[in-house]
Amino acid sequence: MPQFEQIDTFVGQIFWLIVTFGVLYFLMAKVALPRLASILEERENRVSGDLEKAERLKQEAEEVLSDYQKAIADARASAVAALKESADEIAATSAKRQAEFDTQLSEKVQIAEDKINAARSEAMGHIKDVAKDVAAAATSKLLGTDVTDAKLSKAVDEALGEQN
Amino acid sequence: MASGGSIDPMHQFEVTTLLPIQLGNYDISFTNSALFMSLSVLLVTIFLVGSTRGRALVPGRWQSMAEMSYEMVANLLRDNVGSAGRQYFPFVFTLFMFILFGNVIGLVPGTFTFTSHIVVTFAMAIIIFLAVTVIGFARHGAGFLRLFFPHGAPLWTAVILIPIELVSYLSRPISLSVRLFANMVVGHVLLKVIAGFVIMLGVFGFIPLGVLVGITALEFLVAALQAYVFTILTCIYLHDAIHLH
Repeated sequence: MPQFEQIDTFVGQIFWLIVTFGVLYFLMAKVALPRLASILEERENRVSGDLEKAERLKQEAEEVLSDYQKAIADARASAVAALKESADEIAATSAKRQAEFDTQLSEKVQIAEDKINAARSEAMGHIKDVAKDVAAAATSKLLGTDVTDAKLSKAVDEALGEQN
Repeated sequence: MASGGSIDPMHQFEVTTLLPIQLGNYDISFTNSALFMSLSVLLVTIFLVGSTRGRALVPGRWQSMAEMSYEMVANLLRDNVGSAGRQYFPFVFTLFMFILFGNVIGLVPGTFTFTSHIVVTFAMAIIIFLAVTVIGFARHGAGFLRLFFPHGAPLWTAVILIPIELVSYLSRPISLSVRLFANMVVGHVLLKVIAGFVIMLGVFGFIPLGVLVGITALEFLVAALQAYVFTILTCIYLHDAIHLH
């Protein structure tokens, strides 16, 4: 087995082992490992940074959404209030107009009734005269006697009074 | 293997000099072993530095693999040693990549596997063993010797426990190095012997060829697994040195 026979090569093998291993150690420790470490760290930072950013954006979006919902709710509330206000106003106006109209109407009714009453009493007055005349004419024609004015008006009044 | 005289399954482990270098009394020639160690360093560096050149936020395939190997070793160290092991991360990571690439490159036909040499694996194991022992004494002083006698055990058991713990502690570099060395050697010998059968059986060579394909796949698993085992054991030794059991 050359591993145990070539004893004269041992020193050389150990020498080159130390040299090559030393070179590799230097290259790893000074170049490759710091670079790999920085790459991995950078990626870690980047990923966690991105996650943070995403979280922040999500929060912002949620805030915007809640603001929007609040604005909608406010607008709805104010619309309802405005609607109620104008409805109240309309109701008040119409009630007022109704009241005005009612008083006007009752005034007119009163005036008309007064007129009717006046006309009626006037008519009644005329009826009395006519009735007196008719009664006087009728009695004179039928009985041939004249009745006194006082008697006539008394009789007519009685007759009208019964009717009324 | 009378007829397979030309096929020597041990030939692949031979260290051959490519560039003779003499330093004082020592022969430190640049050999095929040194070549593949250098190649391993080069490929690991290209893999990790080249793939992360773009520093992409969304990694491509190569960068993704580099990141996976980084996180795999980082998790291994954190799970086994805890946050105190953080400062040893470059060493543990280098160790894992060096052995992994050494093992995997060695599976390419015609290459040399430097982890199949006991002197290399033992050198790595003994350096880890000494470093861990130094870390243990530096952190706990003489209290590190508590490692050989667990808390709460009756005092008389010390007679048995301390020698056992001491032997198991001292055998760590041996078990660590022999495990990797033996796995690599056996795998490569097996591949070579079965490959010899393919040639010997002629037309019927397709039968061992099928087996060879399966074993090659298995060897890739072993290559990765042994690099992992070597690393995880280093982490466990570090844990013992830092936390004492």
